[in-house]
Amino acid sequence: MVLLKVNNNKTTDEIVATQEFTDKKLVYDTQQLNLWYGNHHALKNIDLAIKENEVTAIIGPSGCGKSTYIKTLNRMVELVPSVKTSGKILYRDRNIFDADYSVEELRTKVGMVFQKPNPFPKSIFDNIAYGPRIHGIKNKKTLDEIVEQSLRGAAIWDEVKDRLNENAYGLSGGQQQRICIARALAIEPDVILMDEPTSALDPISTLKVEELVQELKQNYSIIIVTHNMQQAARISDQTAFFLNGEVVEFDQTDTIFSRPSDKRTEDYISGRFG
Amino acid sequence: MVVREKFEHELKEVQNQFITLSNLAISTLNKSIDALMSHDVDVALSIIENDIHINRREEEINDRVILLLAKQQPVATDLRRLIVMIKAAHDMERVGDYAVNIAKETIRLGKTEFVSPIKNIEEMRSKTITMLTEVMKAFIAEDIEEARKIAELDDQVDDLYGQTIQQLLKVGSENPQVLNQITQLSFVCRYLERSADHATNIAEQLFYLVKGRHYELNN
Repeated sequence: MVLLKVNNNKTTDEIVATQEFTDKKLVYDTQQLNLWYGNHHALKNIDLAIKENEVTAIIGPSGCGKSTYIKTLNRMVELVPSVKTSGKILYRDRNIFDADYSVEELRTKVGMVFQKPNPFPKSIFDNIAYGPRIHGIKNKKTLDEIVEQSLRGAAIWDEVKDRLNENAYGLSGGQQQRICIARALAIEPDVILMDEPTSALDPISTLKVEELVQELKQNYSIIIVTHNMQQAARISDQTAFFLNGEVVEFDQTDTIFSRPSDKRTEDYISGRFG
Repeated sequence: MVVREKFEHELKEVQNQFITLSNLAISTLNKSIDALMSHDVDVALSIIENDIHINRREEEINDRVILLLAKQQPVATDLRRLIVMIKAAHDMERVGDYAVNIAKETIRLGKTEFVSPIKNIEEMRSKTITMLTEVMKAFIAEDIEEARKIAELDDQVDDLYGQTIQQLLKVGSENPQVLNQITQLSFVCRYLERSADHATNIAEQLFYLVKGRHYELNN
């Protein structure tokens, strides 16, 4: 007999997926990133290669460093006093920590959506037109086009097209969050960072944002921090599991949620701790 | 602190239900061969009547697992454990069906004496029951080494099946007037051989549960 015609080799699907994985360009390449808040060592030797046109999910328990990590990707973390970093984050092959790297330019390319919808206390139109105006676009027709395109991109155009001059605060939480996504799209970013974008939303709004993320990855690279593991499983291509400031495991989402290699990952995703 | 204590408890409960179902199916298969050997039509009839209990045990496992999937949204090993539980329960339920088939052959045979030695059938029964009992234990203990041994036994059952059919055919060709009985005994052998295959299926599912990959334990 026998035994074990084991499928040690990868299945066809996995091989195809691996090839796609290899073929895609890197949008971010984090190399040996360390970060300290004062004496607190919050990120430890992070190596993460993030591919373009993919959704990369960052999961992990509270305080594991996942939010710190994505806030480092647009250097927002530097707003916190006493932050110190070492290592490199290459964005499109350039180290964002280089002295001559323009933070403004980086943030034009890297949009961000936060946990709580935070539209400006302005009209829907002005919310979306805010970024383009700062970048010097004054032409009304051009702004109209950008606003429509961005709202369409965020799958909310049909809901707000007849009330563009109304205050964005009048919208529901789910709509406000999509307005914030539209606002991020208006500056034509390359990457969208999302820090728990649906944690304040109801289940239907959550699903709308999740579907939107799937559509957006055709044109953008998305990095999403989420506490909702099912959400990471549903919408991401790659998943990184952070624990105590380290990356425990980074792999294709299908692998992480079916047969993770590290026991700590399995314990976390199956709700055994965290 | 054990997180998901209730879920752990529910998993344990499903395992207990699986043990109950397995014990019922295995003892029924065993009883069906006893009834065959002793030409006991009454026992054969009771096996057919009681099959509904085995079916119900399987349905209860399915219902419970479906609720757990919906409520607990398990992933990775937990998810495989529940999916594999449904499949293994179905394998055990099938063993119950084969016991029913054997009981039906017993009824057809009635009091007719056997013309062919049935030592091989006895041996097939013994190995099949061992496989089913051991695979149930291995399944609960999630012990893949045991599962591997069980799958090896399946080759012995297959060999015995081949030999027994040959013998039966030989007797049949020499005594055409007993062809009916020969056919019925051949079916019994087939049902035992299929029951052993279900034990192997469960062993393979156990490998999938533990390793997360598909394994083929049969030749």
